Amino acid sequence: MNLHEYQARALLKSVGIPVPDGDVATTPDEVASIAKRLGGTVVVKAQVHAGGRGKAGGVKLAKNADEAHEHAEKILGMQIKGLMVEKVLVVPAEEIASESYIGVIVDRASEKPVVMVSPAGGVDIEEVAAQTPEKIFKQVVDPRYGLLPHQAMELGFELYGDVKQVRQAGRIMQLLVRAFWNAGASLAEINPLISTPAGDIIALDAKIVVDDNELERRPDIAQLRDVSAEAASEVEAREAGLSYIQLDGNVGCCVNGAGLAMATMDLVKYYDGEPANFLDIGGSSNPEKVVTALRIITSDSNVKAILFNIFGGITRCDDVANGIVTAASQIDITTPIVIRLTGTNEDEAVRILRGAGFEALTDMDEAVQQAVKLAREAA
Amino acid sequence: MSIFIDKDTKLVVQGITGRDGSFHTRHMIEYGTQVVAGVTPGKGGQLFDDEVPIFNTVKDAVSATGANTSVIYVPARFAAEAILEAADAGLSLIVAISEGIPVLDMTRALPFVRDAGARLVGPNCPGVISPGKSKAGIIPGQICQEGPIGVVSRSGTLTYEVIHQLSKSGLGQSSCIGIGGDPIIGTDFIDCLSAFEADPETTAIVLIGEIGGTAEQEAAEYVSHSVTKPVVGFIAGQTAPPGRRMGHAGAIISGSSGTAAEKMQALETAGIGVMRRPADVVSLLREQL
Repeated sequence: MNLHEYQARALLKSVGIPVPDGDVATTPDEVASIAKRLGGTVVVKAQVHAGGRGKAGGVKLAKNADEAHEHAEKILGMQIKGLMVEKVLVVPAEEIASESYIGVIVDRASEKPVVMVSPAGGVDIEEVAAQTPEKIFKQVVDPRYGLLPHQAMELGFELYGDVKQVRQAGRIMQLLVRAFWNAGASLAEINPLISTPAGDIIALDAKIVVDDNELERRPDIAQLRDVSAEAASEVEAREAGLSYIQLDGNVGCCVNGAGLAMATMDLVKYYDGEPANFLDIGGSSNPEKVVTALRIITSDSNVKAILFNIFGGITRCDDVANGIVTAASQIDITTPIVIRLTGTNEDEAVRILRGAGFEALTDMDEAVQQAVKLAREAA
Repeated sequence: MSIFIDKDTKLVVQGITGRDGSFHTRHMIEYGTQVVAGVTPGKGGQLFDDEVPIFNTVKDAVSATGANTSVIYVPARFAAEAILEAADAGLSLIVAISEGIPVLDMTRALPFVRDAGARLVGPNCPGVISPGKSKAGIIPGQICQEGPIGVVSRSGTLTYEVIHQLSKSGLGQSSCIGIGGDPIIGTDFIDCLSAFEADPETTAIVLIGEIGGTAEQEAAEYVSHSVTKPVVGFIAGQTAPPGRRMGHAGAIISGSSGTAAEKMQALETAGIGVMRRPADVVSLLREQL
């Protein structure tokens, strides 16, 4: 789960990382009053889960409250990469002497959190890593000890020459590791971490991605979820315990298991079709889940054919077949459906489905080809 | 032979009285696995299905029964602790089926497991089966067949699909390992490749990977210098969009890294036969054998 900048900022502030004053607003009037309170030049920043906000016109400098009001009128309600801006963050414009990057990620190779820093801040860190990898410095964090002071200092010396600044930055790194643990994050970054002409080190922008598996035990973090920032169908799927991602194609896919779901999408493409979605219904043959899955898939108007691909291992195929028949009787579906079931009790499943008027197959390739053909004919 | 588990494996089931634990325990016993003990705190002294003794702790289970392998079905929020308990009790193999363990819990648990000298398979995996011998996990026994093919995979049902294709064509399996779909897992492709390479019964290996991370690239590199047996591979997620988690916590393309294309390229470079679709497994293996 991605947090908004203003939410990430609040988490950093709560552990003691210096962030600029400022507040979040949903109307131009609120923006003007925050700008007035802050005084001087402010920055109005769109709060959306998309990179490149600045380039898209979602980040604007305003010399006074009136100008902030004007910018807010344009930014609030604008679309950035398909996402509607509903909130803006208003912060004082800071004078910048230098920009760095600091971040904490879970590193698969070392199986531990890693702190990454770079003196090349303010730009996309992936680009820095790709083009000038020598400008990135890393320290693996042992979860038993956290980021040790000398480790933080070593990284700090890669960013600053002045030892006072090195100490400040090192302290911020240690606090960032703490915020990372507190949030159950898979990524926490400050980009840019700036130094001001007066020599202070401040976190100017923050990004935190929370591990979805942490949300159950962290209700305070879970309630930060902004459902308006997600596609409605994806929210509905998540609430029903389904894993769903909408794509651009016309073959709707409904599969048990994530790996098989990906392989099914790939096979659609292999046979010159385009998958409309990723959808994993999990191991359950629960008709309720199948109903929700069908409703979500059919609500996508691009979908011209629906493909079920079920591997009945321990789940019995006849149970799943009954689930599909029950589900289909509860919603009106005009889109053609191709169902493939293999595994335990597949013959019985095929008999049930054919009896209810469905195309039922046992071979994955055959089913995918048929679904692609039906989608093409309907398009 | 086989790898990791065989007829001598003595299994303790952590979470034996839970919904998933009890269901799968019955399947494991039915398959012929020696399930010697179960653990559910507070139910020590009872019997599961009138035959398997239940203990309060893994330590009790091990000292009373000589269990050497654990399989874990406890809910995600208790699973990391269950892994630690198993390692502390001296088990040499721990198979964690549980899905949804926070990755930061694993960053703490894994060093402990490694220090204890135990092998962890998973978490978020279907477990291990050595057809005709033993099963620790949830891979359906009826789709497997005894034979010479080693299978190692990051997923569940996709693995079943490939096993099904193999068995249907008479290509039985020595062992099948689901290593799990999380970003941090105990046993990786290389561990399994090296075990299959050393196993005299295994004559060829099927590797099933997916988007996210670099485990497949590292496996390919390892195959190129340390595996003499034929290997064929599949990568799921060729049509997956970047930046989205495709069900498995570890199946995500970050930026431009971890794509199916780069992984397939790495497999090809290492001389691994690349399957374009799951059904290709049979023809590719036949070519290589």
